[in-house]
Amino acid sequence: MSTNEKQTKKIKLVGGKTELFLLGVLALLFLVFGLTSPVFFRFSNLMNLLRQTSIYGIVALGMVFVIISSGIDLSVGSVLGFSGTVTALLLTNNVNVVVAILIAIVACAAIGLVNGVLIYDGKVPPFIATMGMMSLVRAMLMLMTNARMISGFPESFLGIARAEVFGVPLLAVVWITLTIIAWFVAKKTVFGRNVYAFGSNEESARLSGINTRLTVYGTYIFSAVMCAIAGILITSRLSNAAPTTGTGYELDAIAAAVVGGASLSGGKGSITGVFLGAIIMSTLRQGGTLLGINSFIMEIVIALLIVAAVLLDQMQRRRGGVK
Amino acid sequence: MDHQEIVKMTGITKLFPGVRALHNVDFDVRAGEVHALVGENGAGKSTLIKILMGVHQKTEGEIVVEGERVEVKNPLHAQSLGLSAVYQDINFAQHLSVAENMFMGKLPRNKFGIVDHKAINTETNHIMSSIGVDVEATEIISNLTIAKQEMVAIGKVLHQKAKFVIFDEPTAQLTTEETEELFRIIQMLKEKNVAIVYISHRMEEIFQISDRITVLKDGELVGTVPTESVNEDDLIAMMVGRKLEDMYNIKHIELGDTALKVENLSRAGEFADINFEVKKGEIFGMFGLVGSGRSEIVHTIFGDKPRDSGTVTLHGKVTNAKSPSEAISAGIALLPENRKEQGLALELSISDNTNMASVENISSMGVLNTKKGDQITQKFVDILQTKTPSISQIAKNLSGGNQQKVVIGKWLAADSDLFIFDEPTVGVDVGAKVEIYKVFEELISQGKTIIIISSYLPEVMGLSNRLLVMHEGKQMGILDKSEYSEENVLRLASGMQLERSHKDEYE
Repeated sequence: MSTNEKQTKKIKLVGGKTELFLLGVLALLFLVFGLTSPVFFRFSNLMNLLRQTSIYGIVALGMVFVIISSGIDLSVGSVLGFSGTVTALLLTNNVNVVVAILIAIVACAAIGLVNGVLIYDGKVPPFIATMGMMSLVRAMLMLMTNARMISGFPESFLGIARAEVFGVPLLAVVWITLTIIAWFVAKKTVFGRNVYAFGSNEESARLSGINTRLTVYGTYIFSAVMCAIAGILITSRLSNAAPTTGTGYELDAIAAAVVGGASLSGGKGSITGVFLGAIIMSTLRQGGTLLGINSFIMEIVIALLIVAAVLLDQMQRRRGGVK
Repeated sequence: MDHQEIVKMTGITKLFPGVRALHNVDFDVRAGEVHALVGENGAGKSTLIKILMGVHQKTEGEIVVEGERVEVKNPLHAQSLGLSAVYQDINFAQHLSVAENMFMGKLPRNKFGIVDHKAINTETNHIMSSIGVDVEATEIISNLTIAKQEMVAIGKVLHQKAKFVIFDEPTAQLTTEETEELFRIIQMLKEKNVAIVYISHRMEEIFQISDRITVLKDGELVGTVPTESVNEDDLIAMMVGRKLEDMYNIKHIELGDTALKVENLSRAGEFADINFEVKKGEIFGMFGLVGSGRSEIVHTIFGDKPRDSGTVTLHGKVTNAKSPSEAISAGIALLPENRKEQGLALELSISDNTNMASVENISSMGVLNTKKGDQITQKFVDILQTKTPSISQIAKNLSGGNQQKVVIGKWLAADSDLFIFDEPTVGVDVGAKVEIYKVFEELISQGKTIIIISSYLPEVMGLSNRLLVMHEGKQMGILDKSEYSEENVLRLASGMQLERSHKDEYE
């Protein structure tokens, strides 16, 4: 019993069995790439890895909340692009950097709210509502920019992506900070627990007096705000905003969440998991590039990883379902 | 022929990692008999059945089906051996027709490879009329009542020419009349020499329908006895290992002032003009067949469904809750009828579930004090004697009785004043039932008020001080304890007047 308790405590530090397993996978990948590539463990390379993970790592944080609430948000890529373009348009019209960023975040939050209203009040399935939003926002972007790229931003804005804190890129610092905040929200706040309760059983959440409407709105707004931040960061990093930026990000974000142990049927998922899931995916991509492996092969590996993660979860469930 | 053993299980032992679910259990079922399998939740009934149906593999022991030793590999294999089961949660494709469900997996096709609907419809109608059930083959399953769906499940079993059928809690969601109908069909199966295993928590049913009874306790065989050789008390004593005088005999207290007052409450299409008062310390019963509006009334009081007219007053204050959260702040708790679909978040921990309705007590500015939440949870786990290794256990992994205790704990934690229990003991074993009744006793002794809905008459009559009976959305009357009799309640519930009032008119 006492060893058992110790074990549970140890596991609790990282989150659970899934997280422990992911940590193992990550360690294994680091070992393999570290041994086979001389540059993998170089500080600059590791920082580059973090920088590359940051953007979609942030998007995945929002996505995992939506998935825990038993929803899905396909509009993340478009909202990310929208955020970048709005910021870019404001900046090229000489709006103050801070003001531009705030406006972009509020505009994206509004899109999240519309998603929430459609889903909660309109009873539109999340898949359909956010798929509609994905196409709508993307088309709006094309119209707003005449399908052209916007560039020419002030130094202060471009500096965001270049900035470093003790050698660590600011992008990664933002991502890690947001991860800690998201972890706190998920574990320690009423809103976070309500999202889990709603995702596990909407009916029982409602009959327990939980404000389910605000829970749904909050979830989709949170996701949109994460996309807004990611969109601003990527625009700063690329020094331009293209109307196509963020296309396909929804799939990477869903993949990170699923690899991290989130269940698409809701009620299950963790921030630590999605964090590790995101790093594992970019480690595979980057390690592959370093070793000169055809990137399509790495995509196959990632695809297999996603399916394996779900398979493992299902197998555990079947064993766990036994009395 | 009568006494031929269709299934014989000998020395069955089943080990799960860390748990011995079954130990050296013998069980046999003969052709043409109804063999009741009873025991508290966790006694090993489902494990035994699942081993026979190929869902689990036994660790030790022998299974003989019609004289031949077999290893049941999977459910499909069980089916091919003529073994089948009607589970309490019937798994039908809700959007497909009766016939399509009945022939699922082996839909006949015509020469163009197109499903031969005409054939399956004719055959389905034939099967259903052979058991005397009026169901149209083309009807969509979701349009049928639970009872009718169960009849279709039986029809499907018959169609598969099963020699052995397990009924797992078949009456959990049926009304009294529907139960009678089911028993008629089971009788018919018996006459066709089908071997039947009947699992139920309801003593009356077991005595009514079974020929022999096997009792399991903690994974071991207590004994197999002919039904006529035991009475209810003997059986309960076998199941729980102790004598139970009368489990409904809880201590009532002197009633206080009016706690809840419901006046002219109506909701179009569901119920109209409901009037009743419940006193402090009272257990107020509500009874009605499915569709009588009893659950709808309490959901309306709880603010879950909007009312069209009428007033709900709690302790002299008009509440008229417009949402569950309003009702909860007024001190009303509702333990909904369907535990898994409405009461519990199955994926979440006991702690999360317990604190769900009283989250403001353990949070400030939206930030939770999880330590305090865990302390509260532990307190109610102890009070309710919920059997669990820890409060971080996922609700899904608990037995029915313990799950129900978690839901009750949620409302105790919310420190509610009026507790509405809608079917609180469905799928709960005898031991946990007694513990739940103890909670009722404790609640009323604190001057709290209870409304209990139960479709199980002995329970609702045994526990309540007064009983409101509904029929098709109409309040038929409120019986005092002195007027309690099954006949009176059933008369009202089926829309008839009491004999007494009839006489009164002439006097």
